[in-house]
Amino acid sequence: MNDTTDPKIKIEARGVDVFYGEAQALHGIDLDVNANQVTALIGPSGCGKSTFLRCINRMNDVIDGCRVNGNIAIDGQDIYSSDIDVVELRARVGMVFQKPNPFPKSIYDNVAYGPRIHGLSQSREQLDHIVESSLKRAGLWAEVSDRLSASGTSLSGGQQQRLCIARAIAVSPDVVLMDEPCSALDPIATAVIEELMEELRKDYTIVIVTHSMQQAARISQRTAYFHLGNVVEHGATQQIFTNPKNQQTEAYISGKIG
Amino acid sequence: MSASSLFLCLVGLGLFSFFFGRRRIHKLASGAHGVSQKQHSRDVYHASFLVICATFIPIVLLVVWTGVSPLVIDALLESFLKARANTASLGELNVMIAKTKAYYAGSISAAFIDDTIAEATTYYADLVARSLQARSLAVLLLAIAGAGLGVRKIALRFTARHSVERVAQWIMLVASAIAVLTTVGIVLSLIFETIRFFATVSVSEFLFGLHWSPQIAIREDQAGGSGSFGAIPLFAGTLMITLIAMVVAVPIGLMSAVYLSEYASPRLRGVAKPGIEMLAGIPTVVYGFFAALVVAPFLRDGGADIGLTLSSESALAAGLVMGIMIIPFISSLSDDVINAVPQTLRDGAAALGATHSETIKQVVLPAALPGIVSAILLAISRAIGETMIVVMAAGVAANLTANPFESVTTVTVQIVMLLVGDQEFDSAKTLAAFALGLVLFFITLALNILALYVVNKYREQYD
Repeated sequence: MNDTTDPKIKIEARGVDVFYGEAQALHGIDLDVNANQVTALIGPSGCGKSTFLRCINRMNDVIDGCRVNGNIAIDGQDIYSSDIDVVELRARVGMVFQKPNPFPKSIYDNVAYGPRIHGLSQSREQLDHIVESSLKRAGLWAEVSDRLSASGTSLSGGQQQRLCIARAIAVSPDVVLMDEPCSALDPIATAVIEELMEELRKDYTIVIVTHSMQQAARISQRTAYFHLGNVVEHGATQQIFTNPKNQQTEAYISGKIG
Repeated sequence: MSASSLFLCLVGLGLFSFFFGRRRIHKLASGAHGVSQKQHSRDVYHASFLVICATFIPIVLLVVWTGVSPLVIDALLESFLKARANTASLGELNVMIAKTKAYYAGSISAAFIDDTIAEATTYYADLVARSLQARSLAVLLLAIAGAGLGVRKIALRFTARHSVERVAQWIMLVASAIAVLTTVGIVLSLIFETIRFFATVSVSEFLFGLHWSPQIAIREDQAGGSGSFGAIPLFAGTLMITLIAMVVAVPIGLMSAVYLSEYASPRLRGVAKPGIEMLAGIPTVVYGFFAALVVAPFLRDGGADIGLTLSSESALAAGLVMGIMIIPFISSLSDDVINAVPQTLRDGAAALGATHSETIKQVVLPAALPGIVSAILLAISRAIGETMIVVMAAGVAANLTANPFESVTTVTVQIVMLLVGDQEFDSAKTLAAFALGLVLFFITLALNILALYVVNKYREQYD
């Protein structure tokens, strides 16, 4: 799973604090995410890994009383600076949620939604092309090509999640954030999506929050272990899982805490 | 025995059965040994079971007998009088029946009655007394027999718990049947009276006639119109006022719902939502005089300023005020359905880079649409059925006009006008009210069915 070429840093987080009202959820997170790799965020529930994930596309903005300090840069550009347009940022940083959340629209309209609101296509043919290629990359095309006008909510859970992935990549983001994307899925659907991630990382940088150690070990190149709002340890996945430097990490990975 | 003392007897018997049943199962249980003789149901179920055995059927019998026996006795009296008096006139027969009953009740003196009536009264009194006796006997016998059978069933392994459960289920069934049967009864009476109405006025004249003036001479020699019953002006008026009301209520209600559920801070929402809902608590008669005394003159004067002639009672005034009245129906129901749209959908749209208003327009509202549509249909039903505002602000003259500045009238208002004052029950004028009511009923029924259909067809199942 090791990459031969020296990876380029895509996301650079420095000293990120997050407060929900008075409560501090993250304490000075420093973390680099490499381009075209899968980075797994692991840790016990409530450790702040999802909070950190939601900082990367500023989804925390909509939560009342949430405050973010510190620096997060994507391609060297600070995403919390005042000249950043959140709407454009989120087009560059896609997100897939824990529970599949297709819109109550047709499969086609689900995928076409992003390209439409961002004006990515000039013609119907172009839009058709975007929808088809996104569904193909999400590995869903073969299953739905004959019923694109069916409702997105009529699909099975695994298909819905792949539809959400197709929806996210239809706007050609640089980064795809995944918040426990397989937690609501059965092992077969999970395997399909894990395969998909390996495929997708050729074009996208992927950050995934997961509760499954095996999943983190299988799919990621780098892993960060979060505990109580701190990054305890981060590094190459192989090293974290075979030779963790920190006792806490070792205890979590071997199932002693968590 | 009178119905009330009979009922008291049953209550007493019920109480007695309760304590008796409890004692009995208690006694059986205290003599029991071993697992195989473990009591199946708790004491209270055995006691309740006995109460039900002793009282349930007798109470039903009491109610039914009390309701049905006067009808039977009246029919018997009628045939008795028919045979005695050999009169063919229905009117005379009715007078004799009334006299008999009055004499029996002691409200007329013997000087006013002849032998036939006296005989009939004796016959009638005999029937009433026998019916009462038979009723008391039947009810008490059934109660005692039921209690006896129930006592025999009480045993350690008797599944009294399930028996009580079944009876509970039956009681629920009866409760819902009452609601349904009442509706059926009302609809049937509407239908029958409407059929009588259509015996004097043709269906096509009623449904397609353009002229409504229901004045009918009550006596042959009286001066008065022959009456015309073309209901089109009423439906046109109803339609126009409803339309004006919806033009006011739908945009305002929907936008305030969106504001409350998507933009307002929790504190503002906590104040504003009850505030809007308070509109629904204002009595319609208050809206009515508000429309008639404030809005209508305001519109008339305003219209005069820009060169429009408005009559002081206008469809516009009534429609505007009715629109205000139904805002809370739309806003409150829509607010609920918008809130029911899962947050994950909003997050999904936001994560794709949609702005807040894009998210609302393209994701939240389409997802909430079935609920919103049914809210609007409900509001329309409400607007069609509204009477008071129209009586006061739009007038009672049945004009067929498309001009909202003129006075119009609606179906409900005309029903009121038909039924107030003195009238004969079987004149076409009175019966017309039933025909109008039936048509209104079908319109609102159709709207409700449409609303149900929309909700079921387009509802998204979240979770």
